[in-house]
Amino acid sequence: MPIANYAGTAVTLNDEGFFEDPSQWTEAMAPEIARAQGVDELTEPHWQVIKFMRTEYTEKGTGPTVRVLGKTSGVSVKELYQLFPKGPAKMAAKIAGIPKPRGCI
Amino acid sequence: MSDPIQKVSIIVSKGSLEGVYPALIMANGARAEGIEANLFFTFFGLDVVHRSTIDHIKVATVGNPGLHLATMAGGLPGVSSVMTHYLEKKMEKLDIPPIHEFVEMIADTGAGIYACKASTDLFELAKDDLIEQVMDIITVGEFYAMAAGGEIIFT
Repeated sequence: MPIANYAGTAVTLNDEGFFEDPSQWTEAMAPEIARAQGVDELTEPHWQVIKFMRTEYTEKGTGPTVRVLGKTSGVSVKELYQLFPKGPAKMAAKIAGIPKPRGCI
Repeated sequence: MSDPIQKVSIIVSKGSLEGVYPALIMANGARAEGIEANLFFTFFGLDVVHRSTIDHIKVATVGNPGLHLATMAGGLPGVSSVMTHYLEKKMEKLDIPPIHEFVEMIADTGAGIYACKASTDLFELAKDDLIEQVMDIITVGEFYAMAAGGEIIFT
């Protein structure tokens, strides 16, 4: 399994680049992961989504889909795609250190 | 691992509920994966982008063996509406959006939404008859130009 080094700490990723163990994640790692995803700077709305992903994962054991994000995170679907162009749920989950959300909608 | 898909162009030619949802789910799902997506509505698929029909898409209860309903029963007045209502309730529980809301959401994801020129000519529709999310009425040639380099899915 690939090992990455974020914020000076070695973390285990799966083949798609998602954290194997979300407890290894810290906020300090997020900007570095984001840059690797093509997001140069994490703005306030980026953080709003990232924190929402973490909270949802902690409470439900799985990350939200774009549909759920658009309805409940306080950030609209349109804005979500501006913040995370390569797929909001997928990218934000990666940056937030949680597994890829599973869902068809 | 194979190269990831970069772009999909999805043609929607059916105007039944079961004919429309798979295409919408695939377009939305493509965008969620970061894949560029375009939806092209042709023939009866135009009902999905027509202002007066988008909120009235029904399940086909005749000629639909998957429903396991006798053809004659499926043809009785109201059966299609009842069946549609039943499926819509089930989908609501799963948080699958109604068609109108789904199309709006897909437009918000940055997917392109287009209507087919031959079909709008056939049904005598102008751009004003279509929902605002429709970016343009395009020819088949323009569709192929737009689809170049990606996958084409016909539904």
